[in-house]
Amino acid sequence: MLRTVKLTKTFNQMTAVAEASFAVEKGELICLLGPSGCGKSTLLRMIAGLTPSDAGSIEIDGQDVTERQANKRPTAMVFQSHALWNHMSVAQNVSFGLRVQGLARDVIAAKVTEALRLVGLDGFEKRRPTELSGGQAQRVALARCLVVEPKVLLMDEPFSALDAHLRANLREELKALQRRLGLTTVFVTHDQEEAMELADRIVVMNAGRIEQIGQPADLYLEPQTLTVARFIGQMNEATVPVVRGQANWLGQRVAVGAADGAVTLLCRPEDLRRDPAGIAGRVARVIDLGPVLRVTVATEEGATLTWLCARADAPVVGAPLALVATRLLAYQNGVRVAVPVLTKPQLESVMP
Amino acid sequence: MRRSKTPFGGLILLAAMGLAMLGPIMTVMVWAFAVKWRYPNLVPSEWGLKYWHVILGRSTVIEPILTSLALTSVATTLAALICWPAAYAFARLQFPGRQLLLFSFIAANAVPKFTLFVSIAVVFLQLGMVGTFWGVVMVQMLSAILFMIWIPTAAFRGIPPALEEAGFDLGASRLRVFWSITLPQAMPALAASYVLAFVAIMFEVDSALLIGAPKITTMPLLMLSLSAQVIVQEAAVLCVMIWVPCFALLLLTRRFMSSKGIAQGFGA
Repeated sequence: MLRTVKLTKTFNQMTAVAEASFAVEKGELICLLGPSGCGKSTLLRMIAGLTPSDAGSIEIDGQDVTERQANKRPTAMVFQSHALWNHMSVAQNVSFGLRVQGLARDVIAAKVTEALRLVGLDGFEKRRPTELSGGQAQRVALARCLVVEPKVLLMDEPFSALDAHLRANLREELKALQRRLGLTTVFVTHDQEEAMELADRIVVMNAGRIEQIGQPADLYLEPQTLTVARFIGQMNEATVPVVRGQANWLGQRVAVGAADGAVTLLCRPEDLRRDPAGIAGRVARVIDLGPVLRVTVATEEGATLTWLCARADAPVVGAPLALVATRLLAYQNGVRVAVPVLTKPQLESVMP
Repeated sequence: MRRSKTPFGGLILLAAMGLAMLGPIMTVMVWAFAVKWRYPNLVPSEWGLKYWHVILGRSTVIEPILTSLALTSVATTLAALICWPAAYAFARLQFPGRQLLLFSFIAANAVPKFTLFVSIAVVFLQLGMVGTFWGVVMVQMLSAILFMIWIPTAAFRGIPPALEEAGFDLGASRLRVFWSITLPQAMPALAASYVLAFVAIMFEVDSALLIGAPKITTMPLLMLSLSAQVIVQEAAVLCVMIWVPCFALLLLTRRFMSSKGIAQGFGA
C-alpha cells in the first residue's frame, strides 16, 4: 500500500533521513521507532508531503506521489499536539476535510456522527476543543483523519503528551479500531513498549538510517545491529578482545565468528540462569518488579550483571551466586556476528 | 502599625501618578463642559453644553470630522491590506534580509518623523500630491506600519505550524488553510493592530499638517487652529469628541488581546 524508496532529507548539510526504504502492506500497522532526533518524524512528514524530500520516491497504492503536495496525497496525519482548531467546534473540526471536498451537508453530518462514534465521542459535536481532555482531543484528531478515509493513516507520537495510564488505554483502543477498519497505519514513537504493543512490524531508526525492519519478536530476539540490540530491551554488555575466534566473557572462553579485534557481547537479563559452574558473584541488590525480580549481581571479576529471576529463585542480598548465560549476542563494528548458543557441556569444557 | 506605612507610601505614589496621567485629561473634560471658568475659581462658575452647540453648529467643524474619519479609515484599511500579508511572510517564510527588514520598521520610527515628512513633502510637491486626499493617506499609512507589522507578525508566529499543516494535510489548498484556519486564529491580534493603528492615524498631526494643509483639514489640525485662537472650550470639546471613541476602541482591544499579546508584538 505504501512504499518508500531511498527517501532522503538533508537540513543544512545535516542528514535527517538517509535512503530510507520500507514498505507497508494494506491493513498493516508499522511503527517507526527510534531515539529523538533519529529522523523518524521527518520520514513521516515526507510521507505526508509536509516536508519535501531531497531524493528517493514515495508510492501509495501503486501511484507515485513523490511530487504531490500534502493536500493531494491520500494520507491523513494525527499530530503530537493534536492540532485541533480551537475556533471551531468538534463537529467543524472533524468535518473540515469533507467540507474541503465539497460534499453535501447531510452526507457530511452522517459521516461526522459515524467518525465520532468510532472514537467513542458521540454527542460531542457541539463541544469546543478547549473543553476536551487530552485524551478526548486526541480522539477528535483521530476522527478528523478517519472521516476522510485516508489510504494511509499517519500518527506522529500521538499519545506521548498523555499520562501513562491513559496512553495504555488509547493504545489498546487504537489497535482494536485499526484491526477492525483495516487501517494502513504508520505510527511514530520513541517508546519501545508502545511500538512492541501496537506494531505488526517495527522499523528501527537511528541517526537518519533504518537499522532493522521486523516483527517485535524478531527485533527483540535477533537484533541485527548493536544499535538495535542496545535500544530494544535491557542488555548486559561487555566489549572484549577476540583472538583467533576466541573471546573471554566474564572469565569464560566463548567461540565467536569474528575477525581479530574487539567484539561486543550482549546478554539479556532473562537469559541468565543459576548454575554452580557459572560466573561467581554476590547479590548486590534485589528489586521486586512483581511478576519477576531484578537482581544486580557483582561478579568476582568486578563486573555487574543484571538478572531477571523468577520469584521462586529469589536470592537474598549479599548471598553468593553463580550464573551462566543461556544465550549471547555478539557484534563487531556494530554488525552482528555468530556466537554459538552456550550450553552446559560447552561451559564446563571452557571453565578452568 | 508598621505594616500600614508601605501601603500609605504606595497610595501617595499611586495618587501622584494618577494625577499626572489623568490630570490633563480631567482638565480637558472639565473645560469641554465649562461655559465660564475664570481665575481664581477652582471649578467653572457656569456649566453647560454651549460650546458643543457652537462646535456642532459650525460647518467648518463637521467637514474636518468627516475628512478625518474618511482619511483614517482608508489609510488604516490600506495599511492592513499591505502590512498583514507582509507580516505573514515575516512570520512564516524564510528570505534573505528578513531580520534586517523587520528591524528597519523600528529604525524608521526612531528617526524624528518631522524631518522624514519634510523630505516626503518635497517629493510629493513635485508629484503634485501635496494637499490631496491620497497624498495624506499615503504619509499617514507610515504611522500604522509599526503596529500593523509587528503585532500581526507575532500573532502569525504564535500559531503552531501544525494547525495549518493539519488543514493542508486534509486536502485544503494553501488559500483555504489561510482563510479558514490562519486568519481566524490571528483575528484577535489583527483586530487589535487595526484599532491601535486607527487611533495612531487619527491623532497624527505632523504629516497631515505638512502634506495636507491648507486644503485638507483633519480634526487634530482644526484643534490646533482653535487652540491658537485661545477658545479653550472649543478645542476641549473637539478633544473629547475624538478621545471618547478612540478610548472606547482601545478598551475593546483589551477584550481581543491580552497585554502579553501586545508585548509579544514588540518582540518581548
